[in-house]
Amino acid sequence: MLLLQSDFKKTQQYLNASTLQHMKFTYTEKKDTRSGFGAGLLELGKTHPNVVALCADLTGSLKMDAFQKEFPDRFFQVGIAEANMIGLAAGLTIGGKIPFTGTFANFSTGRVYDQIRQSVAYSGKNVKICASHAGLSLGEDGATHQILEDLGLMKMIPHMTVINPCDYNQTKAATLAIADFHGPVYLRFGRPVVPNFTPANQVFVIGKAVLLQEGSDVSIFATGHLVWQALEAVEALAAKGISAEIINIHTIKPLDEAAVLASVAKTGCVVTAEEHQMNGGLGDSIAQLLARKKPLPLEMVAVKDSFGESGTPEQLMTKYGLDAAHIVLAVENVLRRKMSHVNS
Amino acid sequence: MPEIKDLENICKQVRRDIVRMVHAVNSGHPGGSLGCTDFLVALYFDIMKHNPAKFSMDGIGEDLFFLSNGHISPVFYSVLARSGYFDIKELSTFRKINSRLQGHPTTHDGLPGVRIASGSLGQGLSVALGAALAKKLNKDDRIVYSLHGDGELDEGQIWEAVLYAAAKKVDNIISTVDVNGQQIDGSTENVLSLGNLRAKWEAFGWDVLEMNGAIMSHVVDTLRKAKTHTGKGKPVVILMKTEMGQGVDFMMGSHKWHGVAPNNEQLAQALGQLTETIGDY
Repeated sequence: MLLLQSDFKKTQQYLNASTLQHMKFTYTEKKDTRSGFGAGLLELGKTHPNVVALCADLTGSLKMDAFQKEFPDRFFQVGIAEANMIGLAAGLTIGGKIPFTGTFANFSTGRVYDQIRQSVAYSGKNVKICASHAGLSLGEDGATHQILEDLGLMKMIPHMTVINPCDYNQTKAATLAIADFHGPVYLRFGRPVVPNFTPANQVFVIGKAVLLQEGSDVSIFATGHLVWQALEAVEALAAKGISAEIINIHTIKPLDEAAVLASVAKTGCVVTAEEHQMNGGLGDSIAQLLARKKPLPLEMVAVKDSFGESGTPEQLMTKYGLDAAHIVLAVENVLRRKMSHVNS
Repeated sequence: MPEIKDLENICKQVRRDIVRMVHAVNSGHPGGSLGCTDFLVALYFDIMKHNPAKFSMDGIGEDLFFLSNGHISPVFYSVLARSGYFDIKELSTFRKINSRLQGHPTTHDGLPGVRIASGSLGQGLSVALGAALAKKLNKDDRIVYSLHGDGELDEGQIWEAVLYAAAKKVDNIISTVDVNGQQIDGSTENVLSLGNLRAKWEAFGWDVLEMNGAIMSHVVDTLRKAKTHTGKGKPVVILMKTEMGQGVDFMMGSHKWHGVAPNNEQLAQALGQLTETIGDY
């Protein structure tokens, strides 16, 4: 294993100049994950007569318009009243409906936390809380809308399943999968177009991590939009002689503990990557697991106790350290710790 | 159809259950429970079509009731047990460790008759409306009932739901507000005045009825009348005038007994005013 002195600017330049043509993963188009949700919901409308949808005045933004048009009797426009929407959804399950609620991630979680906690989760209701525009990649709207705490808020609620898919295809597959799973689910996706690289018509298994790239020096556990960034980092790392294993953790809760432990048994150190606060996110879950089962050097690529701001998604992801270059940096840091750990 | 006298007898027993339950664990909410006893007894023993012997969460083909002001769980549990959802002996487990009769009602422990957790206020109307929408989708013509405290109307979510129900013509719901004029910190007038409640509900587009919740014949008649108001494009609300602590003289007319249990002496005094009718648990 060759360890190069970190040169962050060089890494950035390399990533910017590189066509990444040797990458195992390619894509033919960029698409938004929210459109994957919309496509999945429309398909569910046809296959699952009990699926109903509710939206708090963001039908276009959530890509729920096709479902609304096709199934007007099963679509409920609730207006800008998210608390009522969550309650209505809980009630609709009584009578066998499978409600999918749609609004921005901020209004899907923080704004309605107690409604989700009492009327949905504690009451054991089969509600699917579907949340778009999560994270910094929302862009110009700024910090009011860029929730970076939603995964933590949701994973703390007992019995809540928390899913954060990485691209259009996977978001569509996850949308289909949660309809056949009985129990409350938080499904998080976003606004920007991003590489659509996972296979179409994949089967989405809730709670089962996906090994994207085998490696031996470091395990990178990424979720959501950061999965593609992790894949981009692989090539830059390979050029430095570092073999990285990439695992897509699309289900934050329940965490695929076996997959995490199996990977770290091989690599001995960890980098986590997510579009979320460091507190309460994926890295937090994995750190907790490793602290209990196998303490190892770990670095987190996440937002560090900060609100976002206005800017383009790319500018924000760079400024807040959520891109491939920062993943490379984190890998170099964790490898240094791993070496001193081994040598001490 | 039960006689009014029979319903009144059940009320006496339910009120005995309430004071005994809260006394046994020295906690719970007797005031509002006693005030809503006639209403719940009328619903469960006369008005609603329901199947206590075989509880199903979905309640297809049944009328449904949602308690939004979950703190009056003593009256809810007593009425559920007395109408056959579970053994009345279980009332003695109220608020104790490992009980299905939690301080506030929950589905979490599988207690038959409970379809939603409540306690954190303001959420039950939305849930009841959701269940009413499911009934419409299922072409199920039964009615959804809900009960709310007047203090609970301070919560913003209630008014989101009130707006929604009228705008979307959810006309298979009969909601009732327990207007006892009291909340924890004092009178509703002093804490946060509700103003003209009837005018407010009417302005939102609801069909508003009023009743005296302390007179069984009036409760039954008004609920029957309310049923005839459903299916006409408007949600129905009943403003129910009650007195906190109804049936126990020293508990009446004050917010003091909202969440306080009687001591041994007070229990004896209360039971002296509430004759045992169909047998203590």
